[in-house]
Amino acid sequence: MTDPGPSPSPEQAAAAGTLAARIALKQRAGGILVPVVTVVFALVMSGIVLAATQHSVHTALVAFQEIFDGAGLNWIFHPTTNLIDISAYNLSQTLLQTTTLILTGLSVAFAFRCGMFNIGGQGQYFVGLVVANWLGVDFAGMNPFAHILLCIVAGTLAAAAWAGIAGVLKATVGAHEVISTIMLNWIAFWVASWLFGAGGPLQNSTQPTVPVSNQVSSSARLPDFWGAQGFQGVHVGLFIALAAVVVFWVLLNRTTLGYEVRAVGFNPDAAAYGGINVKKNLVRAMAISGAFAGLAGALDMLGGTTNYQFGQLDIPFSQVGFIGIAVALLGRNTALGTLFGALLFGSLLYGSFHGLGSSAVIQPELAGNLTYIIQGLIVLFIGADVLILYVWNSRKKLRRPPANPAQPAKATAA
Amino acid sequence: MSDDLVLEMRNIRKEFPGVVANDGVSFDVRRGEVHALLGENGAGKSTLMNILYGLYRPDGGEIRLAGKSVSFSSAREAIQSGIGMVHQHFMLVPVMTVAENVVLGSEPRSGVLLDERVAEKRVADMAKTFRFAVDPGARIEDITVGQQQRVEIMKALYRNADILILDEPTAVLTPQEASDLFEILRTLQREGLSIIFISHKLNEVLEIADRITVLRRGKTIETVPSEGATEASLARAMVGREVLLRVDKEPAQPTDVLLEVRDLHVRDDRGIEKVRGVSFDVRAGEIVGIAGVDGNGQTELIDALAGLQKIESGTVEIAGHALTHASARAALDAGIGHIPEDRQRRGLVLEFSIAENIALHDYAKPPDAKWGWLFPKRMVQRARTLIREFDVRGGGPFTRAGGLSGGNQQKLVAAREIARDPSVLIAAQPTRGLDVGAIEYLHRRLVAERDEGRAILLVSLELEEILSLSDRILVIYEGRIVGEHTGDITEEEIGLEMLGGRETAAA
Ligand SMILES: Nc1ncnc2c1ncn2[C@@H]1O[C@H](COP(=O)(O)OP(=O)(O)O)[C@@H](O)[C@H]1O
Ligand SMILES: [Mg+2]
Repeated sequence: MTDPGPSPSPEQAAAAGTLAARIALKQRAGGILVPVVTVVFALVMSGIVLAATQHSVHTALVAFQEIFDGAGLNWIFHPTTNLIDISAYNLSQTLLQTTTLILTGLSVAFAFRCGMFNIGGQGQYFVGLVVANWLGVDFAGMNPFAHILLCIVAGTLAAAAWAGIAGVLKATVGAHEVISTIMLNWIAFWVASWLFGAGGPLQNSTQPTVPVSNQVSSSARLPDFWGAQGFQGVHVGLFIALAAVVVFWVLLNRTTLGYEVRAVGFNPDAAAYGGINVKKNLVRAMAISGAFAGLAGALDMLGGTTNYQFGQLDIPFSQVGFIGIAVALLGRNTALGTLFGALLFGSLLYGSFHGLGSSAVIQPELAGNLTYIIQGLIVLFIGADVLILYVWNSRKKLRRPPANPAQPAKATAA
Repeated sequence: MSDDLVLEMRNIRKEFPGVVANDGVSFDVRRGEVHALLGENGAGKSTLMNILYGLYRPDGGEIRLAGKSVSFSSAREAIQSGIGMVHQHFMLVPVMTVAENVVLGSEPRSGVLLDERVAEKRVADMAKTFRFAVDPGARIEDITVGQQQRVEIMKALYRNADILILDEPTAVLTPQEASDLFEILRTLQREGLSIIFISHKLNEVLEIADRITVLRRGKTIETVPSEGATEASLARAMVGREVLLRVDKEPAQPTDVLLEVRDLHVRDDRGIEKVRGVSFDVRAGEIVGIAGVDGNGQTELIDALAGLQKIESGTVEIAGHALTHASARAALDAGIGHIPEDRQRRGLVLEFSIAENIALHDYAKPPDAKWGWLFPKRMVQRARTLIREFDVRGGGPFTRAGGLSGGNQQKLVAAREIARDPSVLIAAQPTRGLDVGAIEYLHRRLVAERDEGRAILLVSLELEEILSLSDRILVIYEGRIVGEHTGDITEEEIGLEMLGGRETAAA
């Protein structure tokens, strides 16, 4: 440990760190190029799968265009605010999806910045969703602004407290957050299933046999800023999510709280030596992380669906919390990166379903599976970031001009 | 003469992006000699040896082994030509035994399986021949760092190395382990091995080497026989200017007691009592040195004073104020400055910028922050001032601390701690791993801070550092102070106490 030279490589420095710290370090080493390469790689791989299954490169290219159009991204070629226009409608749905993913992505990213891996975004999202539904139904007729505020704040705080449990467990008995947040996910899910299930306390009072919640009262609904009669419009939650991106950045980079989070995330020993209370920070960062996911749930409840169907058999088991992990990793756990990551995944999720689902070139029975394959490949490639970094580095080595053949044959320079 | 040269390296050149690590370096080794490669950090020593070992390919120059020109494209080829290298970071498999590690890659087999017995026997024979004092059946994770290093050496010998490269082998060793290593090296030398010994420590090089080659900024400065060379002459060649090796200081004029420790007991993280009833005072204007072999309670003592380790019993007072069960925050606020023993693990957040690292203790106080809001510009401004004042080189306020050299990292830590104007400054291993230039700077700075009226507690494993800086020396052994000295005492006498030789003397 006395190597006096320049600092150890990220690999060395992280060798002793947490899993989250190791991943974060690997990623920082890659800069902005690697996420871009990751996405390109994943798309190329998906293209190969498409071309192979369809026995046609042309079909693969058309499928990509269908995904692009399905996400409404072709809207930029002929912009219109009229939701009856298909591209405008698709874009509006992509934006709704993106809103949620921005927040679940920020949730994962914030915990990462404090050296923790929050896999509990899904559960925290449910907590926000449930609390917002409960208050959104129960306080019907309140002043809309107050009602919305109440539901959002309560949903967010409840999710923060929920995630805080994992933080407390880590700080007090050292329970690993990966394990505890996964367990909390299941608890949240089954509690919600019971609450909304047949005979449950929050179950729909007019349809006693259907496991579905009540509709959120109109006084708690988020106004649409881009909508039309009969369409699911884009609600103001998008702006709240964008504001959250700014809050995330400011919190981390302009407050003492953020300084502490980053110090603990990089090096808890040095943070403690600096006079920072590490345990307090673990709990607090986990709670803030949960707050972002809870906010996502609350906005989805008040803006999008306004009721939710939880059942034991037909579980519309949303994956937004988990996709948030991919979003954050792709975005390097930064504010801006997460925003772009969410946009990408939002487009991809909606675009691949609706583009391939109504594809002109791909058989409908294949389309659904291909959708999953493409999404899976992207997640896989982000997970395999380390590999891409490696490939990238070797490529740089190979490209050295032959006039200068020198290259480390092995990365073991002491 | 030249026919007993086993190795010649001529005009070796190696560039990295932005640095010429080796710039026409020439260097040769005779059969059976210990040839030291001396130079400050970054001088290019490791690069040169990595070239020889086949890990890097040179951009120019020639390597001749026993007169024949060679060019290795991998370490495997170098090993086959009889070159062995012990890196600064060992490359052993912790869960495997000594014997398994030694034979790894060229195992004796019975069928497809490792012939454990043959392996162990061969390794045991070797250990005996060279008096390695390592149990071939022990697991790597259970043996000391010094023993692990011997395993690395055995690995090289097992592959029939006749040139052995040791890259800063003593950096990880205690003084006792270092002298054991020297014994082993002399034995190997008698067996006809040629040894390349890399170091930046002058005394070691003079002790072990037959000839010394000094590198500075990638260039060979000189090759001299160690007879006739002095620490001063070598330091001059290494640094390129006259270096003050002895610390120049006036006698101390201690005044008030600023740090008072009474009957302190501290347990380590595993619950073992490491500090067992320590009492001492440090006054304003004096440097009190704590001498001891590593692991005798120094770390726990310092951590307890800094609020980083729970105090079992006893009291600590800073300038008359009780600080016994304080948090790290409270200790900092009470006026403790602390240069920690591991600057990379604890002293710095390597991923943070220089400015952010300077703010590490006071990030939440004005002028760095107010009501929880940070003012990065003010941090940067303060960093600029301190970078200038403490001569931190290699970057500005926005540079990542991890990108600095060890010496500059340490200056950065010292700058932060001293700039807080502490009444008590704890300096733990303040110059570990640094080169002479940086050591000189830090030593002078510590004396200057003493003269400013701070109470300085110096903890070091380097006896020489303790002797040259301290106004008063306490010897710690197994968690107790077993000796206290002012003025004249020899290294041998203290060395004896450090090993528990005179446990009767009490503080
Ligand atoms: N793999 C590398 N890539 C880039 N620069 C390097 C590399 N290895 C060493 N250097 C640079 O080359 C110079 C010499 O380094 P090194 O040989 O490690 O010095 P020493 O072992 O004498 O401390 C230093 O400036 C160092 O930063
Ligand atoms: Mg080196």
